[in-house]
Amino acid sequence: MFLIGFLYLASQSVKKIIEINPYMLGTMAGGAADCQFWHRNLGIKCRLHELANKRRISVSGASKLLANMLYSYRGMGLSVGTMIAGWDETGPGLYYVDNEGGRLKGDRFSVGSGSPYAYGVLDSGYKFDMSVEEASELARRSIYHATFRDGASGGVASVYHVGPNGWTKLSGDDVGELHYHYYPVPPAIAEQVMEEAAAE
Amino acid sequence: MECVFGLVGNGFAIVAADTSAVHSILVHKNNEDKIMLLDSHKLIAASGEPGDRVQFTEYVQKNVSLYQFRNGIPLTTAAAANFTRGELATALRKNPYSVNILMAGYDKEAGASLYYIDYIATLHKVDKGAFGYGSYFSLSTMDRHFRSDMSVEEAIELVDKCITEIRSRLVIAPPNFVIKIVDKDGARTHAWRQSVQDVTTASV
Repeated sequence: MFLIGFLYLASQSVKKIIEINPYMLGTMAGGAADCQFWHRNLGIKCRLHELANKRRISVSGASKLLANMLYSYRGMGLSVGTMIAGWDETGPGLYYVDNEGGRLKGDRFSVGSGSPYAYGVLDSGYKFDMSVEEASELARRSIYHATFRDGASGGVASVYHVGPNGWTKLSGDDVGELHYHYYPVPPAIAEQVMEEAAAE
Repeated sequence: MECVFGLVGNGFAIVAADTSAVHSILVHKNNEDKIMLLDSHKLIAASGEPGDRVQFTEYVQKNVSLYQFRNGIPLTTAAAANFTRGELATALRKNPYSVNILMAGYDKEAGASLYYIDYIATLHKVDKGAFGYGSYFSLSTMDRHFRSDMSVEEAIELVDKCITEIRSRLVIAPPNFVIKIVDKDGARTHAWRQSVQDVTTASV
């Protein structure tokens, strides 16, 4: 799964996109339980921040909270590779956070076992000023190609859009069906057509 | 592999670091700034595990700020370096930080200085230092061309020589570097050396 700019996509048979709050999303790679738990925990912390400070938490702040939490558990076997995507006063924000405590700010990331494959398609098609439709299609395509090559990826390719008013789900396509959508099988041309023998 | 190196010149200190954020075979980011401003006249260039690098250098930075708030005057570079080494040493036999640090600073009395602090809490005041696989190329280059009274232009030339050498001779060489300088006017970014540019602009 990967994330670009203001758009967000994950491959999902399990729900791999966690809705932290109406304007922030988290992706899941690594251990499902760890990701679900710590994203839920992050959602709690974000809400507490809102209550204590009377304003929404920034994406930078939310990702830092998660990174610090994961850092304190380093070496204890947590498995979390996640992206935090959201919108705050500074515009769209995207952070990569992992169980080693690493935290990176960027414009696009790909995480998980199929991530190198996704990067290949993502990088070649990416432009900073692409439209939502173009980005959505690039995201879907990258997931499809990663799933095609990586045995551990599969299921449904979900595309979410994160804008100033929060996130919306754009699509959720079964990757198997996407294959035939991108590469339709031409109807076979039979060399000889068998005809019904005339009833005698 | 992460490359960090630096040297001291005539009234200034320069540090350079690669800007790749790597995870196994993947380069997640090639414009990651690994040289942090400790305060107005100190730089800390760090290489090491991703979580440790950021967490430890930010910890040092916050403590340096705290000292300044409490006491009204900033720490000297030597004091900051010794504090850093102390923290590494305390953690070493319990929960060690895998971070190698080059700390560069300018003090009115001591002038420009560079401190080499490695992950097992070695502390050494040096004229030139380097970490990582890149050090195999940059140290000898610096040894050969370094003079103690170099001007900024000469030092930048030397840094560029080292970067060129690392790019051409290191098998998985990082493509991009950032160069920062600290002198009596403060610590600032001097230049980026980018051979692979991302589609969007500069550093985040």
